[in-house]
Amino acid sequence: MSTTVAQKSIPSLTAGKLPRGTTPGVLVASVVVTGAVTALFGGFNLAGTVVGGIVVFLVAMYAASWAVEGRRKASDRLATHLVFGAFALALIPLASVTWEAVSNGVARFDVQFFTYSMRNVVGAGGGAAHALVGTLWVTGLATLISVPIGLMTAVYLSEYGRGTLARSITFFVDVMTGIPSIVAGLFAFAVMSILVGPGTVSGLSGAIALSVLMIPVVVRSTEELLRIVPNELREASYALGVPKWRTILRVVMPTALSGIVAGVILAIARVIGETAPLMIAAGFTQSMNANPLSNAMMTMPVFVYDSYAHPGVDVLPYTERSWAGALALIAIVMILNLVGRFIAARFAPRTGR
Amino acid sequence: MSKRIVVNNLNVYYGKFKAVEDVDMVIEPRSVTAFIGPSGCGKSTFLRTLNRMHEVIPGARVEGDVLVDGENLYGPGVDPVEVRRLIGMVFQRPNPFPTMSIKENVLAGVTLNAKHLSSSRKDEIVEKSLSGANLWEEVKNRLELPGSGLSGGQQQRLCIARAIAMSPEVLLMDEPCSALDPISTLAIEDLIQELKETYTIVIVTHNMQQAARVSDSTAFFNIAGTGAPGKLIEMGPTEKIFSTPDNQQTEEYITGRFG
Repeated sequence: MSTTVAQKSIPSLTAGKLPRGTTPGVLVASVVVTGAVTALFGGFNLAGTVVGGIVVFLVAMYAASWAVEGRRKASDRLATHLVFGAFALALIPLASVTWEAVSNGVARFDVQFFTYSMRNVVGAGGGAAHALVGTLWVTGLATLISVPIGLMTAVYLSEYGRGTLARSITFFVDVMTGIPSIVAGLFAFAVMSILVGPGTVSGLSGAIALSVLMIPVVVRSTEELLRIVPNELREASYALGVPKWRTILRVVMPTALSGIVAGVILAIARVIGETAPLMIAAGFTQSMNANPLSNAMMTMPVFVYDSYAHPGVDVLPYTERSWAGALALIAIVMILNLVGRFIAARFAPRTGR
Repeated sequence: MSKRIVVNNLNVYYGKFKAVEDVDMVIEPRSVTAFIGPSGCGKSTFLRTLNRMHEVIPGARVEGDVLVDGENLYGPGVDPVEVRRLIGMVFQRPNPFPTMSIKENVLAGVTLNAKHLSSSRKDEIVEKSLSGANLWEEVKNRLELPGSGLSGGQQQRLCIARAIAMSPEVLLMDEPCSALDPISTLAIEDLIQELKETYTIVIVTHNMQQAARVSDSTAFFNIAGTGAPGKLIEMGPTEKIFSTPDNQQTEEYITGRFG
């Protein structure tokens, strides 16, 4: 006599698997099929085919995966494809901008561009040396103004401030983050008009406008970084009989230094391309002006805008210079980012053995 | 280089909350005093009042006296920074400074206080402190490497070296072994035995065997319940506390009937 023990069915541990190369295969097939179908009905267009093809691909892969591999795996694939698609979508503008700027800008990205100003230049030739010098001055001064103010505010907020004063500073810093850049330009212009005289434009004035935009960025990023420095390190320092100010200067700041530097560089990169406030506060000129304390000072973004918006009779050289200026700006920002990364890596808290 | 600590009628508050109530205690020089008791009974809080480290927490304050060789730490005009230079502290989790090398960590107390020493004097301090913390042999060939690259037990001994490099009178240890494995714990316990020749040592521990092994006298803290302040229940020679305590609560705690 045999007794049948009620046996719990053990689920299979194996599952089907789509063969390798399915994903690219289905993607290409989907796009081709979509293109063929739309062409058949006489409505072919490239963008529509790509977008439609991707939608077909998502549905087809989901169905195929569900049939072969099961529902969980199918959902996994769908999520992976959506995430990857979002990444590719975000990359398109970046690639496009880089390509456009390089292909159009390279024509005038030459020695003359960086050594000549636009003084007495009509038509071809000339360069943006005056704008480059101006941008370096204005951004450099803005950094010089904002970094100390921003750092000290952040130190106050994270190490000392509590209560109403700290809360209101945080609130106003947040408000400052939202100031439209043109308003910052008007503010700087107004300040200089009151202090120096009506209608004053100068590199310094431009720097003040930019620092209004920069300070909140520096404050917020630095404050966040100071807050994540572990309290244990502060306590270790206090326990050695180190006063609070020295603890902040010698233990807390160095620990957060790499992040602070990266934050400052990002803030610079953020304001170096500002156009509107500089048109108001720093004005514009065709001549070299290396003195940020008096007279109008050209900057790269203003140069790009002006070359494009107000070309001479012969349009082409102006457009070419405009693109070369754009390319130079991108290059400056990229170099700044690389320098920032290098510094961040150099000063990062050491871990390895 | 060690001092007697006398605590009179000490109350510790966090804002309105009374964390520790009415502690009277004498801590003998050149000995190890252990604080035991259940979690939240105020041992660590009380320990931190001995070098005014609790003041780092906003709202913390103290009533009563802590006399170190007759000098009141809470007297008028006493600078907490000076107090901490006299009374060093080692924390629960090893916390070497991540931006500094092993050598810089040992010298942190000196350099952070902007004292200028000749490099030979510095080397002397480094070797003496690391030897004092039983770490010299292990790290003497890699003094320039980051302190955070050491193992947990080595990091804790580095922190001890950093504390004794300041030549304190008293060394406070807040559960110095609770994040370490048994072998590193043994190394630290041996070290405590050596250090008590020179320093007055106060150690908070959750491990009663550890208290029994390393300490000369033991203080038992307890709380009546959540929200009630911690109190010193009994203090005496370690042998007595662990064999024939006077107080019922102490007996229950050390025999493992609660806590």
